[in-house]
Amino acid sequence: MNTTETRLAPLVNGLSLPVDTIPLLRIEDFRQAILAAVRDGQRVSSLFGAKGDAAGTTVLYVVLADDEKNIVNIGRTHASGTGFESMTPLCPQVHLFEREIAEQFGLRPEGHPWLKPVRYCRSWTGTDAWDRLASAPIEPAVGDFYRVEGEQVHEVAVGPVHAGVIEPGHFRFQCHGEEVFHLEIALGFQHRGIEKAMEAGPSTRSLHYMETAAGDTTIAHATTYCQIVEAFSHTQKTARAQVLRGVALELERLANHVGDLGALSGDVGFLPVASFCGRLRGEYLNMTALVCGSRFGRSLVRPGGVRFDVDQSMAEELLRRLDVISRETADAVNLLWSNQSVMARFEDTGPLSRETAVELGIVGPAARASGLVRDIRYTQPGGIFRFYQMPVSTCDSGDVFARAFVRWLEIQQSTTFIREQLKSIPKGEVMRVPGPLEPDSFSIAFNEGWRGEICHAAITDGEGKFARYKVVDPSFHNWAGLAQVLRNQGISDFPLCNKSFNLSYCGHDL
Amino acid sequence: MFKEILVRMKQGHRTIRFPRAAPPALPDRFRGRPRIDVEKCGASCHACADACPVAAIDSGTRTIDLGKCLFCTDCSDACPEGAISFDKDYRLAASHRSDLLVGVDQRETVLAAELDRRMKRLFGRSLKLRQVSAGGCNACEADVNVLGTIGWDLGRFGIQFVASPRHADGLLVTGPLTRNMELALKKTWDAVPDPKIVIAVGACAIAGGPYAGHEQVRSGIESILPVDLYIPGCPPHPLTTLDGLLRLLGRLERGKERKSVSAGT
Repeated sequence: MNTTETRLAPLVNGLSLPVDTIPLLRIEDFRQAILAAVRDGQRVSSLFGAKGDAAGTTVLYVVLADDEKNIVNIGRTHASGTGFESMTPLCPQVHLFEREIAEQFGLRPEGHPWLKPVRYCRSWTGTDAWDRLASAPIEPAVGDFYRVEGEQVHEVAVGPVHAGVIEPGHFRFQCHGEEVFHLEIALGFQHRGIEKAMEAGPSTRSLHYMETAAGDTTIAHATTYCQIVEAFSHTQKTARAQVLRGVALELERLANHVGDLGALSGDVGFLPVASFCGRLRGEYLNMTALVCGSRFGRSLVRPGGVRFDVDQSMAEELLRRLDVISRETADAVNLLWSNQSVMARFEDTGPLSRETAVELGIVGPAARASGLVRDIRYTQPGGIFRFYQMPVSTCDSGDVFARAFVRWLEIQQSTTFIREQLKSIPKGEVMRVPGPLEPDSFSIAFNEGWRGEICHAAITDGEGKFARYKVVDPSFHNWAGLAQVLRNQGISDFPLCNKSFNLSYCGHDL
Repeated sequence: MFKEILVRMKQGHRTIRFPRAAPPALPDRFRGRPRIDVEKCGASCHACADACPVAAIDSGTRTIDLGKCLFCTDCSDACPEGAISFDKDYRLAASHRSDLLVGVDQRETVLAAELDRRMKRLFGRSLKLRQVSAGGCNACEADVNVLGTIGWDLGRFGIQFVASPRHADGLLVTGPLTRNMELALKKTWDAVPDPKIVIAVGACAIAGGPYAGHEQVRSGIESILPVDLYIPGCPPHPLTTLDGLLRLLGRLERGKERKSVSAGT
């Protein structure tokens, strides 16, 4: 038997287990188990701290996704003293998780190559990993930035307020003429304290935090949260509810992917497709609004099922609209691939190699564009995707074209999925109200949001309230990927590269 | 080239005719202005207020604060008498914070007023806005952005989003104002030349939304900026935002509007 299996507790998307059945490893064994698992091809989906039983202690948890076996492996360890030995030099994909643990729990990952804050907020424990005084203000994006020195090397700083209707973040480019040597991204401007506020929940606000964690990903985050509640309360969802959740998730993907293709087209100055897709994106949002009244799917997904049912006539109306819109989408999007000036700008711009994508733990369309078979609907399926095999759309070149084309492939898959599901919605109720949550338990839930893997992990206390609620938005993994692809690119290609990832600021900042 | 022209012909003309013609139809389940039916409401019951995630309901006075309201269904689902409903009135924007309180005895809904004569003369036909997201979840931002697409074509009203605060006549702010964005918002505001206006879009910008009371946020932009227009919603429908902007600039025919308000459409 493989060593990681003996040391870690296996678990499946959407299930829970008692916390005390998760092996409590010595910190060195915990490190080795993670490093060995990653060497074996597993991924770190989540790595986080939680308050220990004794005052002032912290327990670290790891969630490793084994995509080959369609399970996750959970481990934990006590972190004592002021820190632990960093894994980042050997396993780069944990770099941001370790920075987050340092920021939230004041534990220093010793030997971390670039230990900076993540969200520029106070530690939860009162211990500060950077020995900052409690009285001193913490200013966002203030501190060290990686610098390149030399003749004709210059620094370009952008943000937090950008020249568009978008969220805030700070970008520092080290440039040599037009060429970018290095890009460093400092976020945290959107930090609203979601994870901390989830503690002691579920409360009347819990679902609303999840719906607004990343507002363009309302369905995916809300569904993942509901799966956690349903796992803890052992609620059996009806087939009808699962189908409707799946349809909503794919509508969310359609709206955003179509919008992204339009925006990419706009960024290379090909305005017809930018205009067509801008309008079509709205049509997909309006389909979601037809179901639940909100273009972003607010109030649709609730613990136990869905708040709104879709009757026969609505299903027919949705199908009718989908026929028209999907045809118009195909007309518009196919203009991109046959236009030489568009393809010249998309191809070979911002390439992300398969190796780098693996090392950084990239997820979602960006990972698939670099040839990786990473799609929760296929590797860790939950809900309706246990019964429907969603083909994984991949591309090999890892450039802007690949990230665009993967979206187009997924648009077609999602359309087919929605069509099939709406034609045969299982009969039954759409809601089973969940009971109380099981105390002292651990649960994990995943969904493939349109940006990639959404991973929520939760731990309940003795009363069945959340002692810890950990949210990982795909952007948390992928911002580092964007920084990487900018190396040796012209700085003027930044908007195009950025749009090809289209990452979430608030999903990262929480 | 011919392919592009052919697709362009198939896509057709898509810009809505509003405000010269009726606005686009809203879905049946659209949640606009919330109403409490006094006849049905049990006086001693607080189920709606208890269920509300953002304390938008005062069950004693039976008022709902549109500035806080997330337009979710938590209150209407909790009410044992079915006394709370949302109608399809998308016109929610107001000029004063107090106008956002929907009470049972409030017969006439107060909608957003025009700018004063001087400001209207300056901005009525050309309003350039700088958008700042101060902790917004990208839903408000996305549905503000939508107004720039061909379906809505905000540019035809002379309203435009500009890249620099120095080129702007005002700010359109979303998000609950995180502490980490406080300085950036203040500096952006200072960079906008006088006279200038502030538009708060969404429950977060107006009163903090679901994040009200968090130590990481300031619970609304009013804590540091003077707000001229409040556009409620989570997020506001593009039509709600457009209606608010056009009212502010005095671009809607007033007589016609009032009638339909009292009809409660």
